[in-house]
Amino acid sequence: MTRLRQLLPFALFALAMVATQGLLRALEMEYCLTQLTMALYYAIVVIGLCLVMGYAGQVSLGHGAFFAIGGYTSAVLTTHDFSRFKAAGWAGGLKQLHVFVGQQDLFGNQIMTVSPWAAFFAAMLLTLVVATLIGYPALRLKGHYLAMATLGFGLIVNKTVLGTAAFGAADGINGVPEWTLAPGLTICGKSAARVSNYYIAATLVLALLLLLRNLLHSRVGRALQAIHDRETAANAMGIDTAAYKLRAFVLSALLAALAGVFFTHYTAGIGPSEAGALKSVRYVALAAAGGMANLWGVTVMSTGLNYLSLRGLFGSYDHAVFGVILILIISIAPDGPLKPLGKWMGGLASRLRPEGRREHGAA
Amino acid sequence: MDAGNLTLQYLLSGITKGSIYAVVAIGFNLIYSATGVLNFAQGEFVMLGGMVAVTLAHFVPLPVAVAGAVVIVALVGCLLEVLFFRKLRHHSVLHLIIITIGLSIVIQEAALHIWDEKVRSLPYFTGNEISSIKLFGAAISPQVIWVLATVAVTVAALHVFLKFTLPGRAMRACSSNPEAAMLAGINIPNMRTLSFGLSAALGALAGCVISPITMTHYESGAPLAIKGFAAAIVGGLGNPMAAVLGGLLVGVLEAFSVSRLPAAYNDVSAFAILLLVLFVRPHGLFGRPGGEAVREH
Amino acid sequence: MALLEVENVRRSFGGLVAVDKTTFQVAPGQIKAIIGPNGAGKTTLFNIISGLLRPDSGRVTFHSRPVTGLKPYQIARLGLSRTFQNPSLFLRMNVLENVMVGRHSRSRWGFAGCCLRWPGQPREERNIRDTAMAQLDYVGLAPLAHCPAGALAFGQRRMVELARALATEPTLLLLDEPASGLNTKEKEDLGQLIRKIRDRGVTVLLVEHDMKLVMDLADDIVVLHYGIPIAEGPPSVIQSDPKVISVYLGGEVQADSAGGELSAKWSQSP
Ligand SMILES: Nc1ncnc2c1ncn2[C@@H]1O[C@H](COP(=O)(O)OP(=O)(O)OP(=O)(O)O)[C@@H](O)[C@H]1O
Ligand SMILES: [Mg+2]
Repeated sequence: MTRLRQLLPFALFALAMVATQGLLRALEMEYCLTQLTMALYYAIVVIGLCLVMGYAGQVSLGHGAFFAIGGYTSAVLTTHDFSRFKAAGWAGGLKQLHVFVGQQDLFGNQIMTVSPWAAFFAAMLLTLVVATLIGYPALRLKGHYLAMATLGFGLIVNKTVLGTAAFGAADGINGVPEWTLAPGLTICGKSAARVSNYYIAATLVLALLLLLRNLLHSRVGRALQAIHDRETAANAMGIDTAAYKLRAFVLSALLAALAGVFFTHYTAGIGPSEAGALKSVRYVALAAAGGMANLWGVTVMSTGLNYLSLRGLFGSYDHAVFGVILILIISIAPDGPLKPLGKWMGGLASRLRPEGRREHGAA
Repeated sequence: MDAGNLTLQYLLSGITKGSIYAVVAIGFNLIYSATGVLNFAQGEFVMLGGMVAVTLAHFVPLPVAVAGAVVIVALVGCLLEVLFFRKLRHHSVLHLIIITIGLSIVIQEAALHIWDEKVRSLPYFTGNEISSIKLFGAAISPQVIWVLATVAVTVAALHVFLKFTLPGRAMRACSSNPEAAMLAGINIPNMRTLSFGLSAALGALAGCVISPITMTHYESGAPLAIKGFAAAIVGGLGNPMAAVLGGLLVGVLEAFSVSRLPAAYNDVSAFAILLLVLFVRPHGLFGRPGGEAVREH
Repeated sequence: MALLEVENVRRSFGGLVAVDKTTFQVAPGQIKAIIGPNGAGKTTLFNIISGLLRPDSGRVTFHSRPVTGLKPYQIARLGLSRTFQNPSLFLRMNVLENVMVGRHSRSRWGFAGCCLRWPGQPREERNIRDTAMAQLDYVGLAPLAHCPAGALAFGQRRMVELARALATEPTLLLLDEPASGLNTKEKEDLGQLIRKIRDRGVTVLLVEHDMKLVMDLADDIVVLHYGIPIAEGPPSVIQSDPKVISVYLGGEVQADSAGGELSAKWSQSP
């Protein structure tokens, strides 16, 4: 029974997703699904950030870098021509295993690239390694120091991508092939696949939310919150605080990279700005806007705001909007605007109720 | 040019940039010790200083424009403290970080809309781009002399201010022992505002003198802030004078990495130094390890 | 065979020597107390024993295993649990969840298992909840299980912290000034509770300023003065120890009346 009640928000979310699509179809605005799909992928990064910042209490100003590491790994591997290894025995073996696949490039030449699935696993593996290498020393730092370390890491990734020809420098990488997850389920930007891609993204977000909800309502989630509140007391209670912080950080980096891979296949490319400090800061702004330690708030706020931003609603004030969001939320409602809103509505409801009862009595 | 000359040239350019990082680092330190806020918007003061001075220079003589820019930006700094940090003092480190980042973005975007995305610069204070002074066989632009002299004088003046004047000592007292400072009748909120104003003024001055060399652009503040922070960390956060050494070190290392690495990776080396120092000696190269550097609440 | 052995431990902060030449043992099943004036180094000693601070020299042995240099969580897993002088509850959680954190070292599912609710994990979660609830009941706070931890009164926070420490199933429990901030009635209840805990087989080492409570409870007392132990023994001996009396009362009082004076003086102190 309680389990059912816990699952209710998930059902509502799924319903809302379906309703949105239906509404957009009825309004003949299904083209909006493209930006909504992208916003959902970005939301995954913010959800991961919510785990590290909201629950474990560790700042990260470098999550854009993990998104980029995922996206770029996928993009490079699936577009780079490995034909010169064709003769080598290991390449043949990998081809047998469908790690390498034959393909046509933009100019119609036959090339051999890594398959999207293999590239996906490579991206996740690389992220795992990088996040561990950065997280291990960085998470021993606190507060401002951790913030600067993660910011510095993000900038290193950003500048490296910008300065390297193999990553397309300032142009990024284009022509990333589509990714067939299963027969009939292909991640690509074709308008025919718009609806199915929207549902792929929505399902992915929903599944990840479910997994994280389970995680947060377990001994692991409590351990993370304990670390956030009082690290020494948590340690004295038997929690290996360093290991837990690192695992939470790596998990959230993996979520960012996962989003990066999907996003890159969906938009058929990725650019260096994805690793930029402004992107990383924007994720933090969105997490703050959603209330940090609030999976649903973070999902709704980040999908909504990113959607509006991608539709170009904020025009040339795009960055400024997110800066203002950061300032306003922290100075007015540091727990996010949803909590005070909920309280206000609760207050309103309780103020209305006695009146309702009085009316009943009168009737 | 022979190798020795080239080295000297790199060294000079490193010291020039490094002295600017040093000023930014001192700005970080001033605010950090007085308020506990690490002001991510520190670089924006430098950018604003340059921008305001460029605009004022259209109407008034250069020295007046520079002085005007310093005063205006200092007022902006004070205003930020009063508007945003007075009420927020009891907020968590995370909140303070976020709010200064938000300010940094908003200031940048405001600059973009007030001016535009064009690169501008102040005229050379004396001479022009091609005039140079020969020193030990290296060609030095007179503006470099301006930068170094300005930074040297400012740092010395600041040192005297903090050490020997009443408000300076009061400011230091607030950071080392706020309770005692309060009991001694020092108005701590005012000291905090003063630290923001002073720090902004320093940044603006640096922004003016460096503008002819590196140009000013609405986005030019953020990288300076990060390198300035690297300098502050290398020197040991909370120690304004060690920040000068930190700044010079970061500047020189960056200049020499340019000679080894492709220009595109220019900043990468500076950030890599930052990470290395943070991971290995978070208390700075010159500081002593203490719980404080790593443990914050 | 002693459960805990502290051997010649020393710790300084900058120039200040907080603990020095400290040697004592805690036998299983004992209630042992550490007393001493403010700043004597009691909390520092607790921090060293529980691994939050490293001693400059000396060693600590728990269950015949050297634990100096181990991390606090490793020591906690060996069966040592503690409370803090300033109650340090996890304020983002409710009371029950706070106590459930105490079950951390007695449960095992990790990130992956918890994400996926792997078979067995939900059952473990229920066990954690039930055991934590039982501990709350034990200290008499079961009705407050679902209160936010931040909403509790000071005395209640101490009790939740005690329940959280007990939830780890310790063999040795360190209590840092458990009675400070409690009223007379609460102090009495606390005394009984500590005895009950000892009777359960948990050894107790406590720091306390309330002399009446200490003299009632403790089997054995160590007196610290400027970080150095100056006396050790059962309450009757400590009460009449001239060195202890001179430390607290300036040596002007007659030995035989000192016990009463000591309790009178110390029960006033906060
Ligand atoms: N982290 C620290 N850094 C510097 N000095 C410390 C630190 N912790 C404790 N001290 C100093 O060590 C001495 C012993 O402190 P401690 O807290 O152990 O005393 P205590 O016996 O617990 O006192 P109280 O009865 O007030 O709790 C004090 O002088 C204190 O100022
Ligand atoms: Mg103490």
